[in-house]
Amino acid sequence: MTDTVSSPMLEIRHVTKSFGQLSAVKDVNLAINKGEIFALLGGSGCGKTTLLRMMAGFETPTEGAVLIDGQDVSNVPPYKRPVNMMFQSYALFPHLTVEQNVSFGLKQDKLPKAEIETQVHKMLGLVHMTEFAKRKPNQLSGGQRQRVALARSLAKKPKVLLLDEPMGALDKKLRSQMQLEVVDIIESVGVTCVMVTHDQEEAMTMADRVSIMHDGEIMQIGSPSEIYEFPNSRHTAEFIGSVNIFDATVQHVSPELSQFSCPDLACTLSVEGGVNAVEGAQVGVAVRPEKILMSREQPQQSNNWIKGKVQDIAYLGGHSVYHVELDSGKVVMATTTNMNRHEQRLTWKDEVYLYWPASSAVVLYQ
Amino acid sequence: MQTGKLSNWSKWFLSLGFFFLYAPIIILVIFSFNKSELVTVWAGFSFKWYGELFRDPQMLGAAWISLKIAVLAASAAVVLGTMASMVMVRMGAFKGKTAFTSMITAPLVMPEVITGLSLLLLFVAMGQTLGWPGQRGMLTIWIAHVTFCTAFVAVVISSRLQELDESIEEAAQDLGAPPWKVFFLVTLPIIAPALVSGWLLAFTLSLDDLVIASFVSGPGATTLPMQVFSSARLGISPQINALATIIIGLASLAVLIAWWFARREGMRSVTISEN
Repeated sequence: MTDTVSSPMLEIRHVTKSFGQLSAVKDVNLAINKGEIFALLGGSGCGKTTLLRMMAGFETPTEGAVLIDGQDVSNVPPYKRPVNMMFQSYALFPHLTVEQNVSFGLKQDKLPKAEIETQVHKMLGLVHMTEFAKRKPNQLSGGQRQRVALARSLAKKPKVLLLDEPMGALDKKLRSQMQLEVVDIIESVGVTCVMVTHDQEEAMTMADRVSIMHDGEIMQIGSPSEIYEFPNSRHTAEFIGSVNIFDATVQHVSPELSQFSCPDLACTLSVEGGVNAVEGAQVGVAVRPEKILMSREQPQQSNNWIKGKVQDIAYLGGHSVYHVELDSGKVVMATTTNMNRHEQRLTWKDEVYLYWPASSAVVLYQ
Repeated sequence: MQTGKLSNWSKWFLSLGFFFLYAPIIILVIFSFNKSELVTVWAGFSFKWYGELFRDPQMLGAAWISLKIAVLAASAAVVLGTMASMVMVRMGAFKGKTAFTSMITAPLVMPEVITGLSLLLLFVAMGQTLGWPGQRGMLTIWIAHVTFCTAFVAVVISSRLQELDESIEEAAQDLGAPPWKVFFLVTLPIIAPALVSGWLLAFTLSLDDLVIASFVSGPGATTLPMQVFSSARLGISPQINALATIIIGLASLAVLIAWWFARREGMRSVTISEN
């Protein structure tokens, strides 16, 4: 292992999985580095679970190869792969105690008894479940079951840990607490981890890198902030957070500031940086609601502003989301932070100006 | 189900229904303790007929044969029924699956006379062409009972397997257990209560069977129901009442045990879904 930096721990090479006529996964390529927490994020039916199951060995790729630590394991059965999975339902063995659940995998390796005991003890300590060692799974709460499932999947020191919707079976409050705790445990063990989720908040909280999947294909791979701030497609922009997208025509391209015209706006749109399109091409210009500013007076800038009427307000305590209707009928969302308790806020039917700096917008091509 | 109060009408109908179902059995049990030779005339309480019963070598021999057949048939049916259930529930889609599933369960609805007759014809034909089974007796009754008991066991076990979360078995594989080990270490212990209730069901069905056994039996292999039936034709003796009472007692016990296992299983799944 001299070239740990260059060789990925888990590699997916041109993997396609077809069920009859249907392709669940289409020519996917991925390289996941050692010690990384990687999230496959997508809606239901996007192929993320099928991809995970191919990593675990429960499905074999129709085409392509799965490599773990440089070895092709495409046709290796799940019980011979150096990979362990935490299932969405946790899949604890109901007839075994917590302790026996955790030691199950170690016993399959025929390790000496003393070694198994030490490892089980260590794992239960890691997830703070030592005092529940003799209990059966049906005597545990949801969060405790998850800890046991995590301990069981880490006990064999897998090269890759797979998490299938890790927080799917927990309620919302417990979820945010467990997200950080699970990340802490995974990082303290230092295992490479691939997780599947449909919850963008979960992916962004837990993962170092996120890949957005849609319809069996990978749309974008990047760190959570890269994906949020620099989405490369309409789908990614709309899937992660909320966004306003203006259909625009390229007017002028320059490496510093490019200009666009949009029928919804009286002025021109400007976006910092060059554009990968010719003049006259149709693109989308995306602006996140929290990057839009609101005021009752007309802003000083000549570009990137619109006038509209407040149509709806969603007061969320910490911040409010304003839905502003433009003259063209398009509704634009803008978020404001509620910093002052006695502030005279904008209200329904008020006329407002929305504006944003050229650095806030992103150009989307597809 | 609501556990509110029943209206008077419902109470009446419920009592009538229970009376209709259980009055004959209760009368039978009461008359088994009758002193009189005549079945229908009460002449005081006595255990006399129970004593007679245990001194009757024919009855005891038949009971022993029935028990042996029932134990062996139930055991074989549980093995075959489990295998059939695994194929039906866990193998996924394969060619002829629908045919296989419906053929496994067909004996449930087949009239016993037809099952018995067809098995008899099969045994006769096999005896003539293959020379086996040379003579009909315990072996042929056992084979016949296994065929129809397997159908019942397969239904009980496959419904349990369907409820079992498949990812539990996948988790065992993921942790390094090859499929055969997964079956013995995980699947089998979890479905064990269903195996027990399937076994008890098959045991009582086999113990109970008169029609099929009469068809495929031969000289020297008289089961208890056959013995009871033939002696009842000569006139009902109070001894039969005593025997029937014992059988009712044993059957109730078996049902009670099966119910207890089922309930325990049910309570377990309730606690899981509550969390």
